[in-house]
Amino acid sequence: MTLFLLAQIAGASVAIDANQVESVVDIGAITPAPRAPAIVRGLAALRSRVVTVLDPRVALGLPPSETTARAVIVRVEGHHYALLVDGLDDVAPFDLEPLANGLTIAPGWREICRGVVTRGDEPVLAIDLAALIPAAGTGALAA
Amino acid sequence: MDELLQEFIAETRETLDALGGEIVAWEADPSDRARLDAIFRFVHTVKGSCGFLDLPRLARLSHAAEDVLAAVREGTRAPDRALVDAVLAIVDRIGQLVEAIEGGVSLDDSGEDELIAALAEGSLAAAPVSVGIASRAPSRSVRLNVELLDLMMSGMSDMVLARNELARRLRVENPDPDLEAALERLSATVAEMRDTVTRTRMQKIESLFSALPRMVRDTAAAVGKSVSVHVEGSEVELDREMIEVMRDPLVHIIRNSIDHGIEVPAERRRRGKRENGRLCVSARQSGNQIVLEIADDGAGIDVDRVIAKLVRNGARDERELRQLSDKAKLDLIFEPGLSTKDEVTEISGRGVGMDVVRAALEQIGGRIELDSVLGRGLTITIHVPLTLSIIPTIICGVGDQHYAIPRQAIEEIVSEGAESIRVDRLGGGSVVRVRDRRLPLVDLSERLAIPSHAAPGGRMLAIVTTGTGSFAVAVDQVLDAEELVIKPAAPAIMACGLFAGQTLPDTGKPMLMIDCAGLASDAGLSFVREAMVDDEPAAAEVSQPPALLFRDLDGEVRAIPLAVVDRVDGLADGLIGVSAGKLRLTTDGQIVPLAAFGAWQDRANLSVLRLRDGTTEIGYAIVEPLDIVTLPAEVLPPITPGVVAGTVLINDAPVELVDPHWLFATLADAAPLSDPAARPLCLIDPEDSWLESFVRPMLERSGYRVAATAAPGETPVATICTGPSVINDNKVVRLRPEPTGHVDSIYRYDREAILAAVAVRASALGSRT
Repeated sequence: MTLFLLAQIAGASVAIDANQVESVVDIGAITPAPRAPAIVRGLAALRSRVVTVLDPRVALGLPPSETTARAVIVRVEGHHYALLVDGLDDVAPFDLEPLANGLTIAPGWREICRGVVTRGDEPVLAIDLAALIPAAGTGALAA
Repeated sequence: MDELLQEFIAETRETLDALGGEIVAWEADPSDRARLDAIFRFVHTVKGSCGFLDLPRLARLSHAAEDVLAAVREGTRAPDRALVDAVLAIVDRIGQLVEAIEGGVSLDDSGEDELIAALAEGSLAAAPVSVGIASRAPSRSVRLNVELLDLMMSGMSDMVLARNELARRLRVENPDPDLEAALERLSATVAEMRDTVTRTRMQKIESLFSALPRMVRDTAAAVGKSVSVHVEGSEVELDREMIEVMRDPLVHIIRNSIDHGIEVPAERRRRGKRENGRLCVSARQSGNQIVLEIADDGAGIDVDRVIAKLVRNGARDERELRQLSDKAKLDLIFEPGLSTKDEVTEISGRGVGMDVVRAALEQIGGRIELDSVLGRGLTITIHVPLTLSIIPTIICGVGDQHYAIPRQAIEEIVSEGAESIRVDRLGGGSVVRVRDRRLPLVDLSERLAIPSHAAPGGRMLAIVTTGTGSFAVAVDQVLDAEELVIKPAAPAIMACGLFAGQTLPDTGKPMLMIDCAGLASDAGLSFVREAMVDDEPAAAEVSQPPALLFRDLDGEVRAIPLAVVDRVDGLADGLIGVSAGKLRLTTDGQIVPLAAFGAWQDRANLSVLRLRDGTTEIGYAIVEPLDIVTLPAEVLPPITPGVVAGTVLINDAPVELVDPHWLFATLADAAPLSDPAARPLCLIDPEDSWLESFVRPMLERSGYRVAATAAPGETPVATICTGPSVINDNKVVRLRPEPTGHVDSIYRYDREAILAAVAVRASALGSRT
């Protein structure tokens, strides 16, 4: 059993491995970062630290999020990122199961999907936040 | 204690501590090869270090143990009980000796012979019980991993930021005085702590300097020169990272000095210099900067040759180069791919030029300055910040956003609306003309794709210089200057190449810092030339000289021939004061006479025209420079001679033309900046401190060169002495302390008489030759 954070992204429930998450925060004003990939909303100050704010909705091919309050903080290669979420539901241990064969998943989701957890009788997609972080120069998620 | 010795003690002690377990294990199983090797390595290292540090007792012990262990390793001896005991006794003894050295106590050497004898094969003598166990002196230093220090430094930066945030929140909430006092105490502690942590990363610059004497000797020998080096300020401390970055540029500059600057011995003799070239490398701290100076007494930079070379390479136009100011001409040695020496030597001139040196220094926020006197030598001054992590910046506004620009990169900031500034569209890009320079203009709002809020013509232009060239950056407004802790931003943000990092200033809003070189390349600027000099067809200028139009202190618009204007300075870095009966400007460490025609005291922003006639320099205080115009041929003469040479018509308005000749004749100090070698020579006895401190400056101000002895081939015009002179010819000017006295001496404070006496002898010499 692994501890998962259940959150709402783009209107859907997702499960995030709690080990990936440093904290869940409310972020304040965002300073835009010009010329960065669209997924990068900008920079925010968080307890005297600067975090890069990412909008997963953009990676999923949706219009940018309108609310930019809640975010989960992850740390990748020494940089802190705040990934915007619509809301948080729960923290609970689940078993990670592989995706059922033949399941079709929309592009965008496919890249970040790691499996499925079952909450009650409802399946929830488990996602890998680190896969959302745009690397330098690739701009793969810029669309 | 010697640093090397301390290092040795720390290292030996550390290995001994680590070896403790190995020794016990080896004792239990003498055939254990890995343990044997560990102990062998230890005694071997100790032996090596001892020879180096001249510690004969330790050397003897470790040598003996090494021999025995080597035999065991080769299999010629079996590691029996007695041998193991004997080796361990020696290892213990080494530990005791090391403690004794550190504690500064002596340990008698009785028993050491027995210890060594016990190693012999078949020896049954049990190792004697060690004598006089030295008490282990408490260690005053620890060895730390550099990574740990870096971690500490970044933690410290976070702490500074946390404090800033706390202060900001408290300001909003109007705290009670107690809370404020507590915060103040915290601030003080944090600041102190930051200094301390910064110091842990400091290293003496000695580690950079210690290799110089050898390098200078070898380099000089390779080119058949003889150069002595004098190193000063080795104790100055600098961030170790900075030391590493400085290493290559310093080596390069010194090699250049020896190869290009200092002449071969025969040439030096001919010029009346000592055969031995002299190189002086010094370091000092000045505020939060380190100033490195590399001075040689070589030939200096031959500007004409530099220009000739550039012209020959075809890169530059000669006429344009000749028009540059003296400083700009010197700076030509930073042009890429320039080597003033005509043949490539082994030492330098392999295409790595001063441009690379300058780029490397600018990378770390440093700058480099040249001061060359032809025939006398070159002094290169390098300024670098103490650490890399805290950078002075200027904060600019673009649209709703703020961006930091490194202070080091900014030459000056001008308002787009000022009269001396003109912005033109040219071939799809923009150029701005700032006084006599024409620079590419990069609009930051355009590059960042942020709508600008500035009114047309109301932007501010920051003139920035990167390693390759200068350009102007247009921003909406200039807000503040702040020292910021800059950290790298996320890769996705850095990827566009426009930013150097991110920071959290006191406002609590994250901010990005602009990378000026990145901005230039993003805007597609390519610098062929250092600055684009006005290359408009200059038909009118050929016949008539250009003049600078400026607003004088009394509000009048006046003009002055451009040829005498060296540059225009803002007055932020200078001070005006009256000294020695003249108005003077103190700037860049020198004092120049200043002309001011109007009230200068209460003006908030003054500019100063720096005028040069080739040898002397004076300043002329003005309100602001306006434009560069071509002087018409017709000048209406003034009624009385004075500062105004006449009136000219410019743009159909009468403008008074300032007479530079009158200015220099009236204001310039008598002492010219002319080539000191060409001045007449006066000899004084440098041991006589009164002559040295009273007469020497007076003579030098009056245009003489003063020395203790004449170099071969030189003829002094006069010899000044206070007592009875050993030489007695008609060149001697004798001074006496009493106001009245014999006619063949002069009262020593009769300035006029002394100068007259020297002048008589000088003209006598002149008429003879």
